[in-house]
Amino acid sequence: MNPSAARYRWTQTALVALLCIPLAILAYDFVREIRQPGVAFGPDPAETIVRYLGEWAIRILLATLAVSPLARLLRRPRLVRFRRTFGLAAFSYAVAHFAGYLVLLAGLDAATFLADFVERPYITVGLAALVLLVPLAVTSTRGWQRRLARNWRRLHRLVYAIGVLACIHLLWLSKGDYMDAALYGGLLALLLGERGGRYTMSRRRRRGA
Amino acid sequence: MCSAPIRPSEITPEHVYLSRRRFVGGGAALALGAGAAHALSEDWLTARGFRPGMPIEGEETTPVQYATAYNNFYEFGTDKDDPARYAHEMTVDPWTVEVAGEVGKPGKLGIEDLLANVDLEERVYRLRCVEAWSMVVPWIGFPVKTLLDRFEPTGAAKFVEFETLHRPDEMRGQRSFFSGIDWPYREALRLDEAYHPLAIFAVGMYGKVLPNQNGAPLRLVVPWKYGFKSIKSIVRIRLTRRRPSTTWNDLQPREYGFYANVNPTVDHPRWSQASERRLPSTLFSPNRIETRMFNGYEEVAPLYADMDLRRNY
Repeated sequence: MNPSAARYRWTQTALVALLCIPLAILAYDFVREIRQPGVAFGPDPAETIVRYLGEWAIRILLATLAVSPLARLLRRPRLVRFRRTFGLAAFSYAVAHFAGYLVLLAGLDAATFLADFVERPYITVGLAALVLLVPLAVTSTRGWQRRLARNWRRLHRLVYAIGVLACIHLLWLSKGDYMDAALYGGLLALLLGERGGRYTMSRRRRRGA
Repeated sequence: MCSAPIRPSEITPEHVYLSRRRFVGGGAALALGAGAAHALSEDWLTARGFRPGMPIEGEETTPVQYATAYNNFYEFGTDKDDPARYAHEMTVDPWTVEVAGEVGKPGKLGIEDLLANVDLEERVYRLRCVEAWSMVVPWIGFPVKTLLDRFEPTGAAKFVEFETLHRPDEMRGQRSFFSGIDWPYREALRLDEAYHPLAIFAVGMYGKVLPNQNGAPLRLVVPWKYGFKSIKSIVRIRLTRRRPSTTWNDLQPREYGFYANVNPTVDHPRWSQASERRLPSTLFSPNRIETRMFNGYEEVAPLYADMDLRRNY
C-alpha cells in the first residue's frame, strides 16, 4: 500500500470514529438511564433522545454539504472523497431519529403515527426528507456512481432539497424562539448560496466566451 | 496587567453562599427586632405554616426533582433545563407587585405586605402543558380572590391582566435576539375565572418556597387551563374593562387561544390534544394517558355554559 492510500485509510477510520461519538455518548447515557431512570435524560427521555438524534442528523447533513466548498476553499480537491462518509452518517442519524420517534414517542402505535403524519406538517416534512435520503444512500457507492454516470450528480442534487426540508422541519417545530432554526437555516443558506453564486458565475463566463 | 484566572476551588459553593445569605438575612431580621424573616425565605414559610392538601386519588405526585428541572420559562431560555440552570440569576428580594386599573385602592406593595394576612394552603393540582405533557404538583398558595378583593375591584372590571418581571440583565431569554416574544410576558383571565375558587396564586411547592425556575416569588396556577396561562414571577396586576392582549395569543392566535382551557376535542394545529404524556415517562413507556375536559376539573364548566368552546379555544 502506498503511503497516501494508508493515510486515506487512517483518516477515513478516524472520521468514522468521530462521527460515532454522539452515538456512543447516547449509548452510555442509555445505560445510565436504564440503571437509574431520570439521571441521564430527565423526566421526558423520549423527547430528549429524539431531539438529540435529530440535532446530530441536521448538523452532519450540513457538514456533508460543507465538504465540497471546503475542498475548493482549501484547494484540496481530494477532500471530496470524505463526503460520502458524512452523508451516510447523516442518513444513519436521521434513521435513528425517526426510529426513536416511532418507538419512544409514538409507542410503535400505527394509529398514533398515522394521525401524526397527517396532522402534524412538521412530521410530514421530516419524513419526506428522510425518504429522499434513501436513494442517495443507496447510490452512494462507486459502482452506482459509475452506472448512473452524469445522472448521479443530478440525483445527488436532491440533497439541497433535503437540507431545505430539514430546516423547515426544525422551523415548524419551533415555538417562540427561532435561534436553532435561524442558525441551521443560515448555515444552509450560506452553503447553498455559495453554489448558486458559482453556478451564476460559470454561466456568465460561458455566455461571455 | 491581567489577573490570574479564578481557580474552581476559589469559587464559593452554592450552599455556603446561600447559607451566608440566609445568615445575613437573619441578622437583618434580628436587627429589625420583629423577627420577620426576610422576604419569602424557607424560614418565612416555616413560620407562616400552611394547611396540608390531599393528594389526587389514583394519581402519583410528580417527584420534585422533575417538577423543578423541567420547565417552560422562556425568560431564561427555551430548553426545558434552561430555567433550572439560569433562573438563579433573577433577584427575587426585594419584590414588589403593583395592582392597578379598575380597582378602588390601587397600589404597589412589597411581597411581604401583600402576603401579610393570607392563609396559605396546599393544593395538589394536575398541570397540563399545551405541548401535551403533564405533571401533578403540590402547590402552596391562596385563592386569587383573596388578593384581588383587597384592592376592591370596581363594577367595571371584567378582566384581570398579569405581567411577569422584565429584567433582561437577569433574564437571558429576554436578551435573545431570536426570540419572537414581545416581553414582558403577559397573561389574563376573565374576572369570573380569576374568582373561581380553584384559581390560586402560589408562593410555594413541595412544602417549600417556590424555586425561581417555577416562578418565584408569586405565580398564578389555573389548573383547568394549559400551563402557559399560569404566569410566573408576577410584578403587575391590572383589572380592565376590555380583554387584554396576552403573549402567546398575540404570537400565534390559531395555536394559543385566549381561554386555553384544556380540551381534548380541540387539537393544536401542530399536534393532537386528545392524549398527554404524564411525566416522568420512561424509556420503556411513553406513559400516555387520555386528556380530560378542563384537565379533570369539571366544576369550572358553568363558567363557560353558553360558550362554544370549539370556537373559543
